[in-house]
Amino acid sequence: MTRTRRRNALWAFAAAACVVATSAGADENARLVVNGEIEMVTRTAAPAHLNGALPDIRSGWTFRTTETQALQIDDFDNPGMIFVDKAMDAWNSVEGSEGKSCSACHGNPMESMKGVRAVYPKWNEAAGEVRTLVMQINDCRVKRMGAKPWKYTGADMAAMEALISVPSRGMAVNVAIDGPAAETWAKGKEIYYTRYGQLELSCANCHEQNYDNMIRADHLSQGQINGFPVYRLKNTKLNTAHARFKGCVRDTRAETFKPGSDEFIALELYVASRGNGLSVEAPSVRN
Amino acid sequence: MKLSSATLAACLIAKAAAAGGVAPQDVSFAEDGAVAVSLSGMAGDPAAGARIMTTRGKGNCIACHAVTTLADAPFHGEVGPALDGAADRWEEAQLRGIVADSKKTFEGSVMPSFYKTTGYIRPGKGYTGRAAEADPMAPLLSAQEIEDVVAYLMTLKD
Ligand code: HEC
Ligand code: HEC
Ligand code: HEC
Repeated sequence: MTRTRRRNALWAFAAAACVVATSAGADENARLVVNGEIEMVTRTAAPAHLNGALPDIRSGWTFRTTETQALQIDDFDNPGMIFVDKAMDAWNSVEGSEGKSCSACHGNPMESMKGVRAVYPKWNEAAGEVRTLVMQINDCRVKRMGAKPWKYTGADMAAMEALISVPSRGMAVNVAIDGPAAETWAKGKEIYYTRYGQLELSCANCHEQNYDNMIRADHLSQGQINGFPVYRLKNTKLNTAHARFKGCVRDTRAETFKPGSDEFIALELYVASRGNGLSVEAPSVRN
Repeated sequence: MKLSSATLAACLIAKAAAAGGVAPQDVSFAEDGAVAVSLSGMAGDPAAGARIMTTRGKGNCIACHAVTTLADAPFHGEVGPALDGAADRWEEAQLRGIVADSKKTFEGSVMPSFYKTTGYIRPGKGYTGRAAEADPMAPLLSAQEIEDVVAYLMTLKD
C-alpha cells in the first residue's frame, strides 16, 4: 500500500516499543520512546518564567491511561499518522495561481522543516507580528502560491501542522518570549489567569492548581500543547490547539474567543512557553 | 412568545421576592460567609437537592466533590474535598453561604458561585460558547434549588 511505503520511506523504523508501564491507569513515570528511537522528554524542570508555579512540567501523555499511551509509541499504531500521510500528498500538490506546491520551494519537509514546530509561535520581523504555524502556512498559501487559505482549525490545516511537526519530534519546545514577542506573551499570560464565564474558571484553576486531580470523568493534565495537533480518540481526528482552547473556554460557560483571534494567538504563545523543555510530540494521541 | 434570559432572570428574582425570599443581589453574608435565612423563604427538599448535585446542567457538584451517599451517580471528582460529614463541619447557615457564593467563605475559591447574577467576565449562554444575552443573568441555581442542596448537605453526617 502506498501509505505503508511512504511511511517506510519517511520514518522507516518500526522497532520495539519501550514503555515501562505498570497499571491500567496513568503511569506518570512511563518513558516515551517513539519507534524505538525518538526519545521524548515528557517530564522536566519548569521554565524559569513560571517562578515556581509548577514543580515540574509534564506532557499530557503522562496523564493518559497505559492503553492510550501505547498508541503513541509506534507510528504504525498512531492514528494521527494517517493524516500526516494525507498532508504529504497536499505538500506535493500544485495549487493556486502561481502553479506551485509546498515542495517546489521547501523540498523534503523532513529536512527543510526540522526544528520549525519547536519555535512556533514566533515573531515574524517582516510582518511585524507573532505568527502561529497556522498563520505561516496560510501566508505561504495565499502570498506565495496564490491559493485559498485553509480554515484555521480545519482538517487540511491540522494535518499540515502535524506533518511539519514530525521532523521536530523529540526536539525541545523553545519558543521565544522576550524581545518583540514579549507584549504578546504578557497578554497570553493575562488570559491564562483570567477567570472567564459564569463558572469563573481560569486555565490556571484547572491546569495549574488542579492537574492530576479528577474533574468528573477527566484526569486533569497541565494543559500543555507540546503534543499539538493531537489525535483524540473521542472525535477520531486531529485537533488543533485553538480548537482545544475554544472547548475549554466554552466549558466555563463563557463566550469563547475565535480560533485565530489575537487572544488565542497570544494564549498559544504563552501556553507553548509553559512547555519550553518538553519534546515536540505531534501528532500525539489523547483521549 | 419567547422569553429572553433577562425576563427569565427578572421572573426568578421576582418569584423569590414574592415568596418572601431573597434576590441574589440582596443576600446578606455574615463575616464568615454564612447566610442565616432561607433564600426562598421555604424549607429545602433533600431528594431534589441530591438530583441537583448530580445533574450536569445544574449543581454538577460531584464533578469536583466525592459524596459517598451519591455513589450511584458516576464520576466523582477530586478538585474539592469529599463532602461526607459536611454537616458535622458546618452549620446550615454556613453551608448556605458556601453554596450561594463560596468565595465569601473561601477567598478566591475555584468553586463556582451559584447564586450570583452579575460581575462575570465574558459570560456565555450556557455551554454554547456564545455570549450571554442578559445582564444580570439567571443564577446557576434558583433560591429554592440552593435550599434543596443545603437540605441535602445537612443530611451528610458521619
Ligand atoms: C513560492 C515559494 C513558497 C511556497 C510555494 C511555499 N512557501 Fe513556505 N516559505 C517560503 C519562504 C520564502 C519562507 C520564508 C519567508 C517568511 O518567513 O515568510 C517560507 C516559510 C515557511 C515556513 C516557516 C519556516 C520557518 O523556518 O519559520 C513554513 C512552516 C512554511 N513556509 C510552510 C509552507 C507550506 C506548508 C507550504 C505549502 C502549503 C509553503 N510553505 C509553500 C516560500 C514558499
Ligand atoms: C474546568 C476545568 C478546565 C479549564 C478551566 C480549562 N481546561 Fe483545558 N482541559 C480540561 C480537561 C478536563 C481536559 C482534558 C484532560 C486534560 O488533558 O487535562 C483539558 C485539556 C486541555 C488541553 C489538552 C492537553 C493535551 O495534552 O492534550 C489543553 C491544551 C488545554 N486543556 C488548555 C486549556 C487552556 C489554555 C485553558 C484556558 C483558556 C483551559 N484549558 C481551561 C479542563 C479545563
Ligand atoms: C469547580 C469545582 C467545584 C464545584 C463544581 C463545586 N465545588 Fe464545592 N468546593 C470546591 C473547592 C475547591 C472547595 C474547597 C474550598 C476552597 O476553595 O478552599 C469546595 C468546598 C465546598 C464545601 C466545603 C467543604 C467541606 O468542608 O465540606 C462544600 C460544602 C461544597 N464545596 C459544596 C458544593 C456544592 C453543594 C456544590 C454544587 C452545588 C459544589 N460544592 C460545587 C470546588 C467545587
